[in-house]
Amino acid sequence: MTNGVAIGLPMVRPEVDFYIHQLYPINFFGTTVYITTTHVCTFIVLLSIAILAICARRSVLKTKDNPSKFATGVEFAISVLINFVDGTMGKAGKKYTNYIGTLFVFVLFSNISGLFGLRPPTADFGTTFTIALVSFVMIQYAAIRYQKWGYLKGMFEPIFLFFPINVISEFATPISLSLRLFGNVMAGTVMMALYYGMLPWLFQLGIPSALHVYFDLFSGAIQTYVFCMLTMTFVAQKREVEG
Amino acid sequence: MGNIDNEGFINGCSAIGAGLAVIAGIGPGVGQGIAAGYGASAVGRNPGAKGDIMSTMILGQAVAETTGLYGLVVALLLMFVKPFK
Repeated sequence: MTNGVAIGLPMVRPEVDFYIHQLYPINFFGTTVYITTTHVCTFIVLLSIAILAICARRSVLKTKDNPSKFATGVEFAISVLINFVDGTMGKAGKKYTNYIGTLFVFVLFSNISGLFGLRPPTADFGTTFTIALVSFVMIQYAAIRYQKWGYLKGMFEPIFLFFPINVISEFATPISLSLRLFGNVMAGTVMMALYYGMLPWLFQLGIPSALHVYFDLFSGAIQTYVFCMLTMTFVAQKREVEG
Repeated sequence: MGNIDNEGFINGCSAIGAGLAVIAGIGPGVGQGIAAGYGASAVGRNPGAKGDIMSTMILGQAVAETTGLYGLVVALLLMFVKPFK
C-alpha cells in the first residue's frame, strides 16, 4: 500500500483503488521483486479450493448407502464436468478432464473472489498469461504428437509464403486467450472500484449487489466457460490428423 | 490557459486517445446483438434445442467481444500505465 503501485503513476483520485499493490519487497538475485496483492489473493483462492477439495473427498469416501447432500452435489459436478469435456472433445476427452477441471475451478474461483472483497487474481495479466501459456504448450504438444510432420507441412499451406502468417496465428492464440479473460475481469474490477470510489454513500446501499452479480458472477462464469471451451476446441482441432 | 506543461499535454492527449480507443466497443455491440437476435429466432423455431443454442450463442458472443476488449486494454494502458513520457 505504501510502496506505490505496480503499474504506473496514479492519475485518478486516491479513493479509487484497483491497482496491484506491492506489499513486501524480496531481493531476487540482485533485482527487487515484490509480493503483490495478486500473490496473496491467489494464495487465498488456492487455500479455499484445497479446503473444499479435502471436504469433498472426505464426504464422498465416507458415503456407504445414502450419500449426503454435499456428496451428491460433488458427484453431480464431476459428472457435469465429464459430460462437458466429452461432449466437446469426443473420445479424447478422458485424458484432458483433469486439466480442464483444474482450470475451470481455479479460474472460476479467481473470478468470483471479487465478490468477497479480494482483488481477483485473474485481473493481473501475469496470471492469465501464465494459464494461457500452459494451454498453448498443450495445444502445440497435441499438434506435434498427432500430426507429426503434417503439422510442419501445414504451416506452408496454401503456399510457402504463408509461413510467417501461420506462425503468427499460432502465437496469437495464447495472447488472445489471456487478453480476453484479463480484459473482462479487469473491466469489472475497474468498474466496481470507480463505483465505490466516486459515488456518494447513498448510492452504495444495494445497487452494488446487482453490479457484483453481473460483473463477478455472470461475467466471471461466462469467461471461465469460454476459456475452457476454447482450450478444448483448439486441442481437439489439433488432434485431428489432416490429410 | 496558454501555458500547458509537457506532462499535462501528454496526459490530456492520452485521455483523448483512451476515449477514442473504447469506440472499438461499437463493433462487438453490433455483433453480439446480431448473434442474440439469431439465437432468439432459432429458439423460436426449435424450442427443444434451447440449451445448445444458448451455449453456442454465448461462446460466439464471448469471442466477438475480444476485439472490443483489445480497445479497452489499450485505453487502460494509455490511462494508467502511460507508455509515453
